[in-house]
Amino acid sequence: MIEVRIHGRGGQGNVVAAYLLATAAIDEGHFGQAFPAFGAERRGAPVVSFVRIAERALRRRNQVLQPDFLIVQDRALLKVPGVLDGLRPGGGILVNTSLDAATIGEQVGSAVVTLPATQLAKTHLGRPVPNTALLSAFLTLTQILPMDALTKALEQKFRGDILERNLRLIEAASQHVPAGHWKERAHATGA
Amino acid sequence: MRQALEGSQAIARAVALCRPQVIAAYPITPQTHIVENIAKLVADGKLVCEYVSVESEFSAASVVLGAAVAGSRTYTASASQGILLMSEVLFNIAGSRVPIVMTCANRAVGAPLSIWNDQQDSMAVRDAGWIQLYCADNQEAVDTTIQAYRIAERTELPVMVCVDGFTLTHTLEPIDVPSQQQVDAFLPPYHFARTLDPMKPISMGTLVSPDFYPEARHSHHQALLNAAAEIVAADADWCALTGRSQGSLVQVEGDADASVAILTLGSVIGTLADAREMHPELGTVKLIRLRAFRPFPSEALLQACAGVTDLVVLERALSPGGGGIVGAEVKAALFDMPNPPRVHNFAVGLGGRDIPLDIYPRLLQAVRSQSPRPFAVFDVELDKLPAEDR
Amino acid sequence: MNTTSQTTIPIADLRRSQPRFQGIESGHRACLGCGEALAARLVTEAAGPDVMIANATGCLEIFTTPWPESSWRLPWMHSLFENTGAIAAGMEAALKAQGKSTKVLAFGGDGGTFDIGFQALSGMLERGHNVLYVCYDNEAYMNTGIQRSSSTPHAAMTTTSPVGRDRMGKRHLKKDILSIIASHHIPFAASASVAYPSDIRKKVRRAMEIEGPTFLLIHSPCPLGWGHDGALSIEVARLAVQSGLFPLIELERGELIGTMPLRQPRPVTDYLRLQQRFSHLFKDDSRAREELEHLQALAERNIEYYGLNSNRDDPCDSEGADTVRRGGQRWG
Repeated sequence: MIEVRIHGRGGQGNVVAAYLLATAAIDEGHFGQAFPAFGAERRGAPVVSFVRIAERALRRRNQVLQPDFLIVQDRALLKVPGVLDGLRPGGGILVNTSLDAATIGEQVGSAVVTLPATQLAKTHLGRPVPNTALLSAFLTLTQILPMDALTKALEQKFRGDILERNLRLIEAASQHVPAGHWKERAHATGA
Repeated sequence: MRQALEGSQAIARAVALCRPQVIAAYPITPQTHIVENIAKLVADGKLVCEYVSVESEFSAASVVLGAAVAGSRTYTASASQGILLMSEVLFNIAGSRVPIVMTCANRAVGAPLSIWNDQQDSMAVRDAGWIQLYCADNQEAVDTTIQAYRIAERTELPVMVCVDGFTLTHTLEPIDVPSQQQVDAFLPPYHFARTLDPMKPISMGTLVSPDFYPEARHSHHQALLNAAAEIVAADADWCALTGRSQGSLVQVEGDADASVAILTLGSVIGTLADAREMHPELGTVKLIRLRAFRPFPSEALLQACAGVTDLVVLERALSPGGGGIVGAEVKAALFDMPNPPRVHNFAVGLGGRDIPLDIYPRLLQAVRSQSPRPFAVFDVELDKLPAEDR
Repeated sequence: MNTTSQTTIPIADLRRSQPRFQGIESGHRACLGCGEALAARLVTEAAGPDVMIANATGCLEIFTTPWPESSWRLPWMHSLFENTGAIAAGMEAALKAQGKSTKVLAFGGDGGTFDIGFQALSGMLERGHNVLYVCYDNEAYMNTGIQRSSSTPHAAMTTTSPVGRDRMGKRHLKKDILSIIASHHIPFAASASVAYPSDIRKKVRRAMEIEGPTFLLIHSPCPLGWGHDGALSIEVARLAVQSGLFPLIELERGELIGTMPLRQPRPVTDYLRLQQRFSHLFKDDSRAREELEHLQALAERNIEYYGLNSNRDDPCDSEGADTVRRGGQRWG
């Protein structure tokens, strides 16, 4: 089982990201579960959502307290208490920032990969919504699912121009991170 | 077909498959996604029905009552304050013996205001005379919604399908959505024998004097007891059709001969089941889930408790000044056993507090280290309270 | 129709074999001179048999249906006090879904309409359900024993607006429900009185022809609650209209389109004197005189505002013949 916790802000598509990741997993024949940390948040407030991917039915309903991976949609959230809590030893953090991984890694003391997701989203979507770029990078890093699975999940969620733009965005995002960098780690958890 | 769906979306699909003719909708978190999803199905022409956006939950319940007696299958959903606002109508629907199905997206009741999951809302209306079925996961929510229509229409009793708010309604997971053919084979078109009809005029909801009132109440009680058989039959027939049983009246899993058992309602069973597998060193434990709370499944419960010496009753609500609601009812039922288990009654996860996996070892430790205490809120953090409130 | 024995006749056949259609049969348990019973009979007679009724809690519900008896010859349901508008809305939605043309009627008293059921009524009107809502207005909570409602007229005595050293009955004005209804811009709303039966019939028939929400407020004397002789119910109701205290008007989409003109408005004291609920106003007391003046002023304000004064040359002026002037000439 792989457990992922996604931190973001209201309006960044945090829940959508979690649902897309779990949908991609389910449609690939795995078991998946995604849920938000149930807030009454408005735009801009910190929000959290959770994803589990497994090879057998997921029954637990508790929040992901010890994630294998963290996806952080806003670098400023790294300073929010609790955001980095419980990351399993050897786990990875994917951060949306234009800074390099070494700089962020110094700050958080864990394996960090960075992606200028907001910048990429502005370029390809015309809107600063980083969620799909981060998902693309996450799949590229972990290779837990083929990129095609994310494409199909996006096709269920979006149509027309916005879909086309998202597909271009995930293609671009996947070029920004080292493919398979977290593969070993991801497959270890999946065992 | 197995699909990734959010719980609310899956419930909306299930409702649509039942071909409701009148839907009354009023928004309240965490139920709103259900009626939004249904509204979209109507807007897209995938569900043809009268979708009535009412001005309150009170009217939502009233609209479905009026529609059901006028001969249409209906649906509504609510939660929390909405359930309490419509509570007078809920009693009226049940007392009128009208088959209506609604979803309760279980949520805490304020004050203090909480939008998160517990089961205080449906527990508050447990005496309304509705059948209450509590779902463990979203697949069960789908299957139970469909079963509920058949149960309601065969018994002339309303059914409240209780689904943990957020914990289920906002969780995306794989759902096997039944086909329209399966649902049509299982659920005949709506039939209500006392449908109002100008050609056969009858009067409903009349004044009943003491000469007849106790008989009316007796027959309502008896109807609920009799409904147990319909709940069992609906689940069995559904299983024959789809291969999925959703727990009938009482679902038991784990070690059949265990002397320790944990009893719950709703979705927390899944967390406990995973935790049980992770902790074989803690000994054998049986997990008991009351799927039906009304009618109260005393007989099935006694069977499940055979050989149990310690029974933990976990609940997601409480009766202040009284204690556990489910616990009190379970204890009353166990009173008929020759050697009833000791009951350890706790509330847990009130107002959406996360119920972590380690609740399982902590509960077992509590059971093994002490004789039953009076009811307690298990995960209370007393240091957050002033001394006089601890 | 299956085997019909000589002793049991299907109720639908019985209804068809009546000399004329009646929605409510005799033998109910209303008080002598009950205005509401008469009004409901007139309404259902005019509405005809193809209707379905949602009835609020109240006298009408209680006196017509003591289980296992019922006076209704129509499909009828009582649910609760405050949800009649919503029950009717649900019935209408169901009939619409089934493609049936049966008209839904909603019946409520003033308590169930002006007060506790107002929200459900407003919702039903706003959503445009094809329902004729009839409020039988007897100006207090009579079913529970004469308590003040927001429809109770100013200065009237009830058990919760009693007369005493510091009080002269109800301190507040009767709620102008028709203006509020009119603000929903529904196709048709009107006031009527049991003193003018053919006017009631006409207004009901008009409402029945309209596809959409309509509202009828019927002034219905309560001999018990108002404290008058049951034999005088019609007289009392007529004086309420003739004094200007209960103007009979018609509204289309919120616009005034018809009134019943008054040939010779009667002083309000003619109306008030017949009723014990106003008896304190006829004591030799300066406050009583002041309240009488106040009530007279309210009547005159109605006459002025709705233009009820008759033009004797007006060919349409037919007060007493139950004809309402239409067309809005007076306000054109």
